[in-house]
Amino acid sequence: MKSKKSGQLRSIFAHIVLIILSFMCLFFFYILFINATRSHADLQKGFSALPGNYLFENLKNVANDGTFPMFRGILNSLIVSGCSAAICTYFSALTAYGLYAYNFKLKKAAFTFIMAILVMPTQVTAMGFLRLVTNMGMYDSLLPLIIPSIASPAVFYFMYSYLQSSLPMSLLEAARIDGSGEFRTFNQIVIPIMKPAIAVQAIFTFVGSWNNYFVPALVIQSKEKMTVPILIATLRGADYMNFDMGKIYTMILVAIVPIILVYLFLSKYIIAGVTLGGVKE
Amino acid sequence: MKQKHKKIDYAKWGYLFILPFFVSFFIFSLIPLIDTIRYSFFEYYRSGIKEVGPNFVGLQNYISLLGSDMLKYAGNTLILWIIGFIPQIVIALLLAQWFVDARLKIRGSQFFKVVIYLPNLIMASAFAMLFFTMFSTNGPINSILMSVGWIREPIDFLGSVLGTRSLVGLMNFLMWFGNSTIMLMAAIMGISPDVFEASELDGCNSVQRFFYITLPQIRPILAYTLINSIIGGLQMFDVPQILTNGQGTPDRTSMTLIMFLNSHLKSKNYGMAGALSVYLFIVSGILCFVVYRMTNNDDPDGSKAAAKKAKKQRRG
Repeated sequence: MKSKKSGQLRSIFAHIVLIILSFMCLFFFYILFINATRSHADLQKGFSALPGNYLFENLKNVANDGTFPMFRGILNSLIVSGCSAAICTYFSALTAYGLYAYNFKLKKAAFTFIMAILVMPTQVTAMGFLRLVTNMGMYDSLLPLIIPSIASPAVFYFMYSYLQSSLPMSLLEAARIDGSGEFRTFNQIVIPIMKPAIAVQAIFTFVGSWNNYFVPALVIQSKEKMTVPILIATLRGADYMNFDMGKIYTMILVAIVPIILVYLFLSKYIIAGVTLGGVKE
Repeated sequence: MKQKHKKIDYAKWGYLFILPFFVSFFIFSLIPLIDTIRYSFFEYYRSGIKEVGPNFVGLQNYISLLGSDMLKYAGNTLILWIIGFIPQIVIALLLAQWFVDARLKIRGSQFFKVVIYLPNLIMASAFAMLFFTMFSTNGPINSILMSVGWIREPIDFLGSVLGTRSLVGLMNFLMWFGNSTIMLMAAIMGISPDVFEASELDGCNSVQRFFYITLPQIRPILAYTLINSIIGGLQMFDVPQILTNGQGTPDRTSMTLIMFLNSHLKSKNYGMAGALSVYLFIVSGILCFVVYRMTNNDDPDGSKAAAKKAKKQRRG
């Protein structure tokens, strides 16, 4: 009897803590949304809990601002993130398949090598990377933000674990007997089997690339090539006190809304995907 | 004989399939790494439009970095990481435990999971910019606090060391506790229910169950979360950079190592940037090795080794 009552108390306590934490997570986005719907003059008067009707006007101001080409930035970010997600997942799946399905001399060495660099931060090679990109004539272009994602050890590891659990070798042998070439087997049999893993990793790569700030900030120079995070940083660096605050909130809103939309539609898969890449059981 | 011939033939495909990965890694990571290490031994910087060097100076860059504020920035990075990590892991453990506990009957647990994971996906730079505007002296937070009547004068959060560091910690906490919760939840769900049932029969209460069963059982993933968080903390950049506009204000107390590296790179101080990168490389190399041992081993978490040790102790 006593334990039942204490269980109830614990349950209530748990719910309260969860509500407080959820409130903390959502509160900032709520303020962001409210403030993005209000005009500069309105914002100066102090905070109000209800949204205004200025969102459309703010959006128009953001779109017409030549110093911070936000929508151009979103387009650049979409290009970089989309291409990165596509080539990263494809080549990671290819690498994983190559190491999983074939036996060759350097197989173990190659696998060990990739595992050794699994969590190596990109920042430590940033200086050499910047010089290399400059020497290759790719400075201030979107290409150096896309191409290096071919080699993503973490995505590879995820794909490899997935192959281990879901690709029977007998299927490949059957394909061989039916006269399918190795490359065709990969594209037409293995890729469809790996679709769930590819989808999850495509989302994470896309988000990671969308949010990436360090490397793009080093490589990109000209305004029309800037991605969203660099624009946000320039906004911070500018003399913001003289700005239209409604516009600033709207810019931040525009920068994070695409990801929130993607998340709302795919949250189930994303949350399930978080743990899949974790420690091997 | 024919069989063997066939196998050699297939090996070619293996090499071909892994080739793009290694070519890309070689060009975009390995060459830059070697270049970085090479220039760390050179005096090579730009002052104004004049380029000095590269002149070989041996370990000079490493020594002058030790004499500079690098250690202070390393300390900052550590402090900022700890402020975020401790609440993150405590809350994550608590929530993971609650989500898994069927008797608590958490309502809308899917909703809570979606909400607490949300900040993890938000662009860190935009999030930091949002915090900067919200916590500025005439921002909405001060405005709310004043209208509620808790404060008279606006608080200058970003003007004080404690305020800035707490904000960075709060942002890191908000961005990562949901992720840790979900990782730890998966770990707890992986524990065999038999163990819990047995403990219940033996009259174990929920606190005992947490400390004597759940915690030891999820140790591998707990360790993995810890190491991953340390690696992430070492790379901390976006949040403090945007929040303080790259200055690490006030008085460079929120300057992290990567912000320091970034400022060297921006001013084209390649020699110093190289030496700093090598220091970071060594530290992250050690962490990589730990992760490698954990993920790529028959004994991923040392649990077998621990079991062996325990056995020995029991015998001895």
